[in-house]
Amino acid sequence: MADASAPFRIRGETGEWEVVVGLEVHAQITATASKLFSGAATAFGAEPNTQVSLIDAAMPGMLPVPNKECIRQAVRTGMALEAKINRWSRFDRKNYFYADLPQGYQISQLFHPLVGEGEVEILLDEKDESSAKRVGIERIHVEQDAGKLIHDQHPTMSYVDLNRAGVALMEIVSRPDMRSPAEAGAYLRKLRAILRYVGSCDGNMEEGSMRADVNVSVRKPGGELGTRTETKNVNSVRFVMQVVEYEARRQVGVLEEGGSVAQETRLFDPDRGTTRTLRSKEDAHDYRYFPDPDLLPLELDDSFIDECRSSLPELPDAKRKRYEGHGVTPYNASVLTAEVETARWFDGLLGAGAQAPQAANWVVAEMFGALNRLGKGIEESPISPAQAAELLGLVADGTISGTIAKQVLEIMLETGEGAADIVEKHGLRQTSDTGAIDAEIDKILAANADKVAEYKSGKQQLFGFFVGQTMKAMQGRANPQLVNERLRAKLD
Amino acid sequence: MSDLTSLSIAELREGFRSGEFTAREVAEQYNAAAAAARSLNAYTVETPEDALASAEAADKARGSDALGSLAGIPLGIKDLFATRGVDTTAGSRILKDFKPPYESTVTANLRKAGAGMLGKLNMDEFAMGSSNETSAYGPVISPWRRKDGGNAPLAPGGSSGGSSTAVAAGIAPGATGTDTGGSIRQPAAFTGICGIKPTYGRCSRWGIVSFASSLDQAGPMARTVRDCAILLEAMAGFDPKDSTSLDLPVPNWESGLSSDLKGKRVGIPKEYRIDGVPDDINVLWDRGIELLRDAGADIVEISLPHTKYALPTYYIIAPAEASSNLARYDGVRYGARAESEGGLDAMYAATRAEGFGAEVKRRIMIGTYVLSAGFYDAYFTKAQRVRSLIKRDFEQAFEKCDLILTPTAPSAAFALGDKSADPIAMYLNDVFAVPASLAGLPAMSVPGGLDSDGLPLGLQLIGRELDEQSVLNAGLAIEERAGFDAKPKRWW
Amino acid sequence: MSVSPEQVRHIAKLARIAMSDEELERLVPELNNILGWVEQLEEVNTDGVEPLTAVVPNQLRLREDKVTDGDCRDDVLANAPVAEHGFFTVPKVIE
Repeated sequence: MADASAPFRIRGETGEWEVVVGLEVHAQITATASKLFSGAATAFGAEPNTQVSLIDAAMPGMLPVPNKECIRQAVRTGMALEAKINRWSRFDRKNYFYADLPQGYQISQLFHPLVGEGEVEILLDEKDESSAKRVGIERIHVEQDAGKLIHDQHPTMSYVDLNRAGVALMEIVSRPDMRSPAEAGAYLRKLRAILRYVGSCDGNMEEGSMRADVNVSVRKPGGELGTRTETKNVNSVRFVMQVVEYEARRQVGVLEEGGSVAQETRLFDPDRGTTRTLRSKEDAHDYRYFPDPDLLPLELDDSFIDECRSSLPELPDAKRKRYEGHGVTPYNASVLTAEVETARWFDGLLGAGAQAPQAANWVVAEMFGALNRLGKGIEESPISPAQAAELLGLVADGTISGTIAKQVLEIMLETGEGAADIVEKHGLRQTSDTGAIDAEIDKILAANADKVAEYKSGKQQLFGFFVGQTMKAMQGRANPQLVNERLRAKLD
Repeated sequence: MSDLTSLSIAELREGFRSGEFTAREVAEQYNAAAAAARSLNAYTVETPEDALASAEAADKARGSDALGSLAGIPLGIKDLFATRGVDTTAGSRILKDFKPPYESTVTANLRKAGAGMLGKLNMDEFAMGSSNETSAYGPVISPWRRKDGGNAPLAPGGSSGGSSTAVAAGIAPGATGTDTGGSIRQPAAFTGICGIKPTYGRCSRWGIVSFASSLDQAGPMARTVRDCAILLEAMAGFDPKDSTSLDLPVPNWESGLSSDLKGKRVGIPKEYRIDGVPDDINVLWDRGIELLRDAGADIVEISLPHTKYALPTYYIIAPAEASSNLARYDGVRYGARAESEGGLDAMYAATRAEGFGAEVKRRIMIGTYVLSAGFYDAYFTKAQRVRSLIKRDFEQAFEKCDLILTPTAPSAAFALGDKSADPIAMYLNDVFAVPASLAGLPAMSVPGGLDSDGLPLGLQLIGRELDEQSVLNAGLAIEERAGFDAKPKRWW
Repeated sequence: MSVSPEQVRHIAKLARIAMSDEELERLVPELNNILGWVEQLEEVNTDGVEPLTAVVPNQLRLREDKVTDGDCRDDVLANAPVAEHGFFTVPKVIE
């Protein structure tokens, strides 16, 4: 089984249940300045109804004209998900009434989407390559986002802001291949990372640029697929995992009491961690999809497709394998490629001459900690990859020890000075002077004769004590390797 | 001062440019004529100041190079075209007092050419009708009366009934109309004037209240073929804001006019000879054949086998598109909003119940039904397939001929109220017009003669895609030879 | 295929048009009349015929990604029946 431990199961009174999960992710194309079918701006946070064209407001006689860059970003995203690009696709109208939908229909793609089947590789355990699993993508299409309703500003009225109406969305539909909250979380995280690598969507779930509809059903292992429910508009990875857990347990509860799961649309309540019915099947919309007669079929030519492909950056999986090829551990490689900003920074570090395995260890062990303490993301790092490379170079060539490097890093973060300058200024060069080291060792051993005796009679752990004392006496500037060597020579 | 309201647009253009009269005189006479003809109910809004302002500008610019092709010509504008700051109601209560902050591309083109606006012309509600009886602002009354002296008010045809009446009654030298299933041609035939629906995509639909997107086309209505050519040249042209607009240069239709049809083959489709049509119509058709033969054309019999299925095809596709296009009329962003108890859905339902008339509601219901789950394939997809066959009929026919001649309508104008009881009886008015609409072909009606009641009858010319010139030329050939100079006797 | 009063009520709901019982009663035969008439299309053999996708040959043009529109709130709200503080307003929606 992919997961190191047993497959995820819900234990009920009648036995064990398996969970089947599919995700429909709506990702805003944040890379474009204007909307999918109008020239109004898409930037987040503007004053209400100031980013609304007459087309977005669905005035009489208004007509849609598609944005080339939106199509390009959707195609690039499809390519990054190893999916089939459909050169011929079409826009359809999805008809329903709601106050955030000015046209009374959404322009979407039902019958012939822009992108077909693809897949995403997820790693359930970053330390374990064998925990990899492939989650299928069924399709990706482009469609309009709706506006926003605000319910809490007035006792009897809701307010309508159409700034978001018409912004381009990619709807990425997975196959129902996931079998646990962890898999759903891993898929969503990986998908988000890929989108951010491609640059089509910033993956900012708090701001709503990415949200998921979670489809959950349960069954006895090996049995027929159960009835699924859909929980809409879940806007964090953590919430998605909570929804899977909650819904699966809820459905098991219903089924074990002899009831049946209603096929319905639900909403997640983050405060309670529960889901509730939004719409039953009987109230389900009849969307009356038909091809949008204001638009013609979308046809993409070779040069368009080729340009999309050649514009793709190195993607997370390829980058991870390249790092591993350079000797970086699988865990470190996973961590370094999880976010595109981190990978870019690390690439800069390698480009400045740092050795990959050591650099990886250092970034993961030291750099992340330092950035956390400063409350900064890596893109706001006070030191550049080149500066970090200089520091790592001083360790690699033996000028300073790893321990001293930590000190130097602190000073670099505080003052912005270069590593070499700091080492000189504070006299932090490590000593490889065997004579001086021997002299110190002798002093320590002499002062701790009792411990020497204990060591000689079997207490091997004390070796560390002697190393520590020697390093302390030499203010950390002794070459640790040499200290080790000389101590061994004297003790053994 | 001579009666300028009896002159054609070409004559007005000539007289104005030569200094025989001023543009202001033209505007003043037409403004007065419109004001004196209110019993026709052709204008929903009169804009005499607009006509005068354009006239002044024209008078100032007279003699300069900057003179537009329609300088000095005031026009009536069907109330389906958005006119900035001026009521645009589409003949509906739901758009009462709606003043668009934008101008349709077609009327902007006319203004750029120097034309002024006499007012907005009454029409069937949302262009749905063939008699101008469904307007929320009262029916338009044809200037024609039967010679039996009975004084029954007659229908001017629809949906561009205000436009046809205005031109026929001499209260506008020309008018814009729109044609979805005959709404320019049939009213032109009923009132003894000329009207042309160009190839689908010739005129921009941006800013025209949308009824059936794949069928709607703007076109001119005027007294002569030459006038239609002049107006169409000014109206047509590529518009990047309309995705269905044709990116092709506008031909010089006026200077290309020629009534010499030597070498042209005119097809006579046998399926257009149907039972129940008054003899007068077929007699006129035969006369039309002779007139074209006299102009040099060869006459060939052709077959359009799927003709009888055109109306039912149209009455599935047009209502389906309309049901979606009219969803935006919901009382939220513009137009009337009804008082209602209950929440959002109740407000929608009450607003639309109050705002839409019976025919519009009927078509929305039909359209909603044929798109709904379980019926989409049987009705909508089926109709789109039959539409392909109808288009193919024309393509095959045009291998044997260059033009097609048919009657425009299966009867002369009927009395108001005569066909209101049975919707299908009303729909049958468009039996000869609808096929060319479904196929997107240019088609024109020119007056051919009077029937035994003294009412006008029209002849229809249908051409190949993009061949408005041949259609206009054949129209001119008929006009020159038919000797139609009848005018309605003034009763208003 | 004919429609029942229940179906007509359902269609009116889908279309968001309020109808009295008597209106619905009147509509049933009217709609059935029209539907019966359009059903003659069943006679047509459409095997192998594609539904019409483009009326006249044309290509879908894609526009450049530039902000050319919006920032016209006054125009957008100018005809609103009820607007407040820069928003459209509607009867409260409970989610």
